[in-house]
Amino acid sequence: MRPARSSPARTGLVHLALIVWTIVALSPVILILMNSFKSRAGIFREPLMPPTGSTFSMIGYQTVLGEGHFIRYFGNSLIVTLVSIFFVLLFGAMAAFALSEYRFRLNTALGLFLALGIMIPIRLGTIGILQMMAASGLVDTHLALILVYTAQGIPLAVFILAEFMQQVSADLKNAARIDGLSEYTIFFRLVLPLVRPAMATVAVFTMIPIWNDLWFPLILAPGESTRTVTLGAQLFLGQFVTNWNAVLSALSLAILPVLILYFIFSRQLIRGITAGAVK
Amino acid sequence: MSDIQVARRQRRWHIAVFLLPALIVYTAIMIVPLAQTLNLSLFHNDAQNAVHFVGIENFRTLFVEPRWAAQFWNALRNNFVFFLIHMVVQNPIGIALAALLSIPRLPGRAFYRTAFFVPTMLSFVIVGFAWKLILSPIWGVTPSILGAVHLKWLFAPWLGKESSALITVALISVWQFVGIPMMLIYAALLGIPDEVIEAAEMDGVVGPSQFWKIKLPLILPTIGIVSVLTFVGNFNAFDLIYSAQGALAGPNFSTDILGTFLYRTFFGFQLQLGDHYMGATIATVMFFIILAGVCAYLFLIQKRMRRYQF
Repeated sequence: MRPARSSPARTGLVHLALIVWTIVALSPVILILMNSFKSRAGIFREPLMPPTGSTFSMIGYQTVLGEGHFIRYFGNSLIVTLVSIFFVLLFGAMAAFALSEYRFRLNTALGLFLALGIMIPIRLGTIGILQMMAASGLVDTHLALILVYTAQGIPLAVFILAEFMQQVSADLKNAARIDGLSEYTIFFRLVLPLVRPAMATVAVFTMIPIWNDLWFPLILAPGESTRTVTLGAQLFLGQFVTNWNAVLSALSLAILPVLILYFIFSRQLIRGITAGAVK
Repeated sequence: MSDIQVARRQRRWHIAVFLLPALIVYTAIMIVPLAQTLNLSLFHNDAQNAVHFVGIENFRTLFVEPRWAAQFWNALRNNFVFFLIHMVVQNPIGIALAALLSIPRLPGRAFYRTAFFVPTMLSFVIVGFAWKLILSPIWGVTPSILGAVHLKWLFAPWLGKESSALITVALISVWQFVGIPMMLIYAALLGIPDEVIEAAEMDGVVGPSQFWKIKLPLILPTIGIVSVLTFVGNFNAFDLIYSAQGALAGPNFSTDILGTFLYRTFFGFQLQLGDHYMGATIATVMFFIILAGVCAYLFLIQKRMRRYQF
């Protein structure tokens, strides 16, 4: 028996509202992607029409790939993001294991100390960070960004992973201890594989703000050789502000990798948010 | 007996090995620079470039001295407006979308959920620039869309007018981030136990009144979390305004918020040189504003909401 049956009219209104917001959310993105494949005349004369035989043009992409160093910027973003994620996951999982597995005097205090980093943005320490990086000669290196992003990602990673590690059966771990496995083996061989889904969630959560960050690349690594794609796009857009073909293509090139990754990982991401928030 | 004690003592070393990498990186790159920045706000350099301890003098300069105070209070006021727009537009839309998505057996739910979250994935640079193009009178996309529904007279170069630029930028930010409150509240709605909903249905509480009377009170803790996340995010915002309006947060500083003010002060702009000490002072003020917001949440709001949790 299901007393709550919604009428067709109400269902229709629900879908209408959802479709309206879908259009609001997607149309700007589609507009940019669509116009990036058009000639200048096409962009201005019929901005709302998809590219046709007469308006189709790749001139924007040719300019972007010819003038900018987007391939290098992509490489930089990729290195910084992947290495940061690796260390966030490794260090975060190790700390999460220590905090969730063992009882020791400073456990709660250290948990609170790390919790500070979830709420207080690392940006507020920028001046101190820049002084430190300048003093150690790390300005304009990948390492500077990797260190900052690792520090930024660790607090949330520890909390999400600790939550999941508590669910790993204690019997399993104790059985391993009786078999004489070391704590390190238990962590790397037993616990880590079991929390792999949570690690994927943390990876996606960590990846988005790093890939999209403008502040730290602008301040710590503005040089040509370490420029990330977000900063590169920002500078390129400022420089080519009147070349609409190039601007639209640069925007599309920056949008596409994120969209592709999102469609690959969206299930993981949504499951992660759902699981985390239910707690 | 002694065997167990030895084993225990050995285990203690593992704890340190597991904890230290995270603690070292976190402390060295986040906590120490933050403390240094807070400390730096108490110093200033003189004409000979010698550094002196000046106590709270920098804060007095920032709050009172006309050259700084006008910009600071403007940025702070704009930041509150920015936050308020998020609270009254972003979070209600997020709640509404989540409520619609959580309707049982809704076809196309996964599609909508994915679509709503797309803007959130994009970088501020892309979002700022894309909207700048879309709202540009040169391209004319917005006037022609408005023209199609006979509302062309509404159009104005919103980002370029002092009276509307801040609201426009805030709404662009809402467009981008509405996915986050939506997801968190959606998850909270799914987490409500079936027994509660069934009991409500038994009593004849269904449809919209079920949402207002049963579900909304139960998801209040999540709305609290969403609010504090919005607060922290807004008082730390920078990228979107920098990409859409530039470091000067134009027109005439009408979109200047604390993040852009900090950037200009720290790095200098046009003819003004960067000032590390005043930059640190602004960062310190931002730190205390965010801390106050987080504490207000933890001690005032979250405590009262505990009783709703399952």
